[in-house]
Amino acid sequence: MSFVLLAEQTLNGLQFGVMLFLMAAGLTLIFGVMGLINLAHGSLYMIGAFAAAATAAATGSFVLALGASLVAAAIAGVIVEVTVIRRLYDRDHLDQVLATFALILIFSEGTRWIFGSFPLFLDTPDYLSGTVSLPFGVQYSLYRLTLIIAGLLVAVGLFWMIAKTRIGIRIRAGENDREMIAALGVDISRLYTLIFALGAALAGLAGALIGAIQSVQVGMGEPVLILAFVVIVVGGIGSIKGALVGAILIGLTDTLGRFLLPKLFALVLEPAQAASVGSSLASMSIYILMAAVLVFRPKGLFGDS
Amino acid sequence: MNKETTLNIVLMTILVAVPVLAWMSDEPFLVTLATRAVIFAIAGVGLNFALGFGGLVSFGHAAFFGLGGYAMGILAFHAQTYTPMMEWPFVIEGTKAMPIIWLVAIIVSALVALAIGMLSLRTSGAYFIMITLAFAQMFYYFAISWPAYGGEDGLSIYVRNEFPGLNTMDPIQYFSICYVLLLLVLFIVHRAAHSSFGLMLRAAKQNEERVQAVGQVPNRLYLIAFTISGAITGLAGALFADLNRFVSPTMFSWHTSGEIMVFVILGGLGRVFGPVAGAALYILLEHSLGGLSAYWHIYLGAILLGVVIFARGGLYGLIAGREVAHD
Repeated sequence: MSFVLLAEQTLNGLQFGVMLFLMAAGLTLIFGVMGLINLAHGSLYMIGAFAAAATAAATGSFVLALGASLVAAAIAGVIVEVTVIRRLYDRDHLDQVLATFALILIFSEGTRWIFGSFPLFLDTPDYLSGTVSLPFGVQYSLYRLTLIIAGLLVAVGLFWMIAKTRIGIRIRAGENDREMIAALGVDISRLYTLIFALGAALAGLAGALIGAIQSVQVGMGEPVLILAFVVIVVGGIGSIKGALVGAILIGLTDTLGRFLLPKLFALVLEPAQAASVGSSLASMSIYILMAAVLVFRPKGLFGDS
Repeated sequence: MNKETTLNIVLMTILVAVPVLAWMSDEPFLVTLATRAVIFAIAGVGLNFALGFGGLVSFGHAAFFGLGGYAMGILAFHAQTYTPMMEWPFVIEGTKAMPIIWLVAIIVSALVALAIGMLSLRTSGAYFIMITLAFAQMFYYFAISWPAYGGEDGLSIYVRNEFPGLNTMDPIQYFSICYVLLLLVLFIVHRAAHSSFGLMLRAAKQNEERVQAVGQVPNRLYLIAFTISGAITGLAGALFADLNRFVSPTMFSWHTSGEIMVFVILGGLGRVFGPVAGAALYILLEHSLGGLSAYWHIYLGAILLGVVIFARGGLYGLIAGREVAHD
């Protein structure tokens, strides 16, 4: 095991974590402000990826494809919020889970109906393909490096928006006391739609960015959605900072676990057995991490205790 | 006799009449369909015990369904390949005997439910939902990446397991086994729900402080309910795997958790027989809509959305009135 390989895997973990953050940020904002569990967040991720793939196929432009993913996911988010989600804010979590589960069925089958069951492909543009040389002799994919930087820029933008802008003040006020800001004359239902659209756009962007390194297919959003849940449980529901820390923690644990655990077991077991034990354990590592966090901090790392 | 009791009797009669008529007119497919409904009903009754009576929104019951399935798969796999499961420190052989398989499925699911419950019940509300979901997902990925029992491809069992005195490969006989087990589970859940434990559990769902004030520990009630609930769903998993003679990681997937929850909601939350109606309705929808279009999940989604937003209380709520009878 060389340093270069380890550095590369660490960067992969960081890239994975940053993309998880784009998903988790929307989920945690929507939960923090509206108190809603949105299982259909993974569908918005899928819609972003499909919109990007379809646009890239039609125009050949990656930038237009990213724009399309943002717009399509945001529009889908607004439609869903106005027609369905709005009726769920005052319901208990069980109703929210069921209704958004129903939305997943509708979105997934609808997408299959329009695009078919075969995966679509979204290519990385020429100017982002190839590798770059980093210090200490590390060669790394330029596209993945771009993802890390883009994700971190979005994170910085989000923190700035929430800390400094008028809309950010309203979001924070909404998290603290919904009734009060409604009483102060803020159009609360427009604020909710806006937050939902923002979360949806972030999920759609993540879908498009990841779609270029994986295939774009129906059901792609669900594994990511569940990881995003793990992220916000670890970070503390409602906390953007928790979402960022949790996402990077989960991204690194998952990637490095898959890389290191088989090697670790190879020291004591035969190679074939070590590979199977190591990879099975690695697939469980983030859930073990989650359980450990819950034992010590039931409300997550940055939740109000 | 109130409306709910009448509905219970009608429901259980239909559920036995359809397969018997199908068997007499030589339609084994319909018998298998009814068996599926009965097995799903057992899984739903299990979830309902935690969700309906205890208010524990578990989105991870696929974990127990899958564990039951794999209990059957692993035991039968070792029996059919004549390899012992364990040689050290003592020899454990596989088995094809259904009663033993059921017992193992129930015990394993109960133990895992106890462990998951102990961790998950440290939290509540939205956290509980996401954590149960995540634990089920952990089993899903473990089943996919563990190559000994088929990994992603699953595990096929060539001949259905044996029950003394019956030919389990005959669809109507296997249906009878499942139906009797459903009746047994319904009886146990009915008794438990009306015992002092069940009353305390339902009281805790409504008002934890008051239950604490009379000297009960709500979390202990929840943990017992969650464990029993997991054990029942585990039994359903073993029966389901035996019906298909196949287990795969899909049984652990979160769609399965969602479906089990749908049985409970379509039928009516917190009614002992509710999940039976929900599972039967689900199979009916799957069969009729599935014939209509390959994309029948769109319609299922729309119906579910309608039930959640407009018809809370499910089928039982529509027919027998919104209030759960206080008998």
